[in-house]
Amino acid sequence: MTAPGALPGQVTGPAPTEKAVVGRSTQVLAHVGLILFSLLATLPTLLIIMNSFKDRLSIFSHPFAFPTPSTFTLDGYHTVATSANFALFFLNSLVVTVGSLFLIVLTSSMAAFALSEYRFRLNTLTGLYLSIGIMVPIRLGTVGILNLMVGLHLVNTLWALILVYTAQGIPLAVFVLTSFMRGVPRDLKEAARIDGAGEYRIYGLILPLIRPALGAVTAISMIPIWNDLWFPLILAPGEKTKTIVLGASAFLGQFVNDYNAVLAALTLAIVPVVILYVLFSRQLVSGITGGALK
Amino acid sequence: MTYPARRVRRPFPWHVVVFLAPAVLIYTVVMIYPILSSLWLSLRNHVADGPEHFVGLANYQRLLGTELYAQPLWNAIRNNLVFFVIHMLAQNPVGLLLAVLLSFRLRGSAVYRTLLFTPTVLSVVIIGFAWKLILNPAWGVQRSLLEPLHLQALDQPWLGLPGTALTTLGLISVWQNIGIPMLLFLAALVRIPDELYEAARLDGAGGWTIFRRIQLPLILPTVGIVSVLTFVGNFNAFDLIYSVQGALAGPNFASDILGTLFYRTFFGYQLQAGDQYMGAAVAGVMLLIILTGLLLYLVTVQRRLTEVEL
Repeated sequence: MTAPGALPGQVTGPAPTEKAVVGRSTQVLAHVGLILFSLLATLPTLLIIMNSFKDRLSIFSHPFAFPTPSTFTLDGYHTVATSANFALFFLNSLVVTVGSLFLIVLTSSMAAFALSEYRFRLNTLTGLYLSIGIMVPIRLGTVGILNLMVGLHLVNTLWALILVYTAQGIPLAVFVLTSFMRGVPRDLKEAARIDGAGEYRIYGLILPLIRPALGAVTAISMIPIWNDLWFPLILAPGEKTKTIVLGASAFLGQFVNDYNAVLAALTLAIVPVVILYVLFSRQLVSGITGGALK
Repeated sequence: MTYPARRVRRPFPWHVVVFLAPAVLIYTVVMIYPILSSLWLSLRNHVADGPEHFVGLANYQRLLGTELYAQPLWNAIRNNLVFFVIHMLAQNPVGLLLAVLLSFRLRGSAVYRTLLFTPTVLSVVIIGFAWKLILNPAWGVQRSLLEPLHLQALDQPWLGLPGTALTTLGLISVWQNIGIPMLLFLAALVRIPDELYEAARLDGAGGWTIFRRIQLPLILPTVGIVSVLTFVGNFNAFDLIYSVQGALAGPNFASDILGTLFYRTFFGYQLQAGDQYMGAAVAGVMLLIILTGLLLYLVTVQRRLTEVEL
C-alpha cells in the first residue's frame, strides 16, 4: 500500500507552497466548504469557552456574545476550585499518561528492535501475536482485568491504569516502530558491531535515529490514554486516584444545573488538551497516517 | 553483509529474549490473559454462593433465551448497528470529502486540517457534556440559531426523545471523530503521484473528474481500512453514551449499545445486581461480533482489493 522505501512518518500532508491541483472555481468552492466545516468543528468548543467567562444572566440571554467587562465573571472557576480536587485529578492524569507513554515507548522500541533486527524462528509469529491487539479492543477483557488487578491488590492505584494503557498501546507502537527500524541502514549497525559494540549498545544508538517515529508513537498513544473514561471508572474510581476525565464527569453530573461551574470545568478540561494538540499536531498526524496505513 | 542470525554455532541469543520480554509479558498478562480469562469465566457460574463451576454455554443460553437478558441484548445490538450505519453514512463520506478538498493543496490547508481535527483530541466526556448543554432547550442556543432561519419546528429536545436520541448521539460522535477518516484518506491521497494530476490538468479535468477517475480508485484500500476501524470502534463504544445518557442509556434504553449493556450487566444497576459471569458473556458476544466483522472484511473486501491491485 505504501510506496516502497517511504518512511511512514514522512507523510505529513500537502505542503502549502505546492500548486493547487484544481482550477480556480473549484478552489473557491473548496474553500467555502472547508471554512463551513471548520466553523462547525470549532464553534461548539468556542461557545463553551466563551460563555464560561460570563455571568449567568448573559449566558442564557446572549449565548453568542463575547464576554464584556460588565458580563465578565470568574464565578464558575471559583466553584470548580473550591468544590473539586481538579489539581489532584490533573496530576493523576499526568502521572498515568506520562508513566504509560514511557513504558510503551521503552518496551515497544525494544521489541521492535528485536523484530526488525534479528531473524529467529518465532519472529513472524511474535509480530502477529502482538498485532492481535491492534484490532481486538482491550475493553473486552475488562472482567478479567478487574479480577487480575484485585488479585494483585492494584485496584484504586494508578499502577492499574498505567499497566492497562501500556498493554493497550504496545501493539500499535510495536507495529509502527518495527517498520521504522527496518528503514535504518544495516551498514550502520554492522559498522558498530565491527567496532565491538554489543547488541544493547546498538539499540541505544538506533533510538535517536528514529526520534520522529518515537514522537509519532507518543503523540498517537497519548490521546486515548488521557481521554479514557472506562478504565478509571472501573479500576480507579477512588477520590485519590480519579483522573481528570473521571473527575470532570463526576463534577459535571453533580453540578449539572450550575451553568457557570459546568462551563468552567469543561473549559479547564478542554484547554490543556488543545494546547498539547497544537504543539504535537505534526507528530500526531504522522503517527495516525503512518501507523494505520502500513 | 552477514546477518547475525545466520552465523552457525552461536550461543543462545539471550539478548533477543531480553528485548522482547517486557513488551510481550505486559501485553500477555494485562491484555491477552484477561480476554481469555473473561471468555473462560463466561463459561462458568455458581449456584447461590456455592463454588464456581463449568456450565458450558448456559450463560449464553440465558443471555439469548431469557427475557431479562435477551430483550436488552437485541435492543443493544440493533442500536449498535444503527450507530454504525450513521457513522458509515455520515462520518466516512464527509471525512472523504474533506480529505479530497484538503488534497487540492489550497492555501491554508494545514490550518483547516488542524481545526477540523480539534474535536477528535478532546475527551468524549467533555464533548458529550458540551453537546448536552448546547442541545438543552433550557440554554436556548439551539433556539437562537433556528429562529432566524424560521426553523422553530426543529427546536426539539433531540437527546430526550426516544425516537431521536440515538441518531443525535451518533451525529455527535460523527462530529467528534470525523478527523480520523479525514486524516487516513488524506494520507492515502497525498501518495498519489503528481504526474497523474498533471495529466488530468492537461486534459482539462475538473475536481469531480479528478476525484472519480484518479483519487477514488487509488484509495479504495483505505476505504476498507476506515470501515473496519469504524466497525471495531463503534461496537466497542461506551464513553459518549455513558456521559450523556448515564448507565441506563436513556430515554428508556433508546440509546443503549453493547458497551453500556456490558457495563450494566457487569456492575449492576438499580434493581439488577452486577453479575461477572453474565458480564463476561456479554463481552464474549461483543468479541464474537467484532471478530466476525474482521473476518468478513479479510475474506471478502481485502482479498478482492488485493486482486484489483495486482
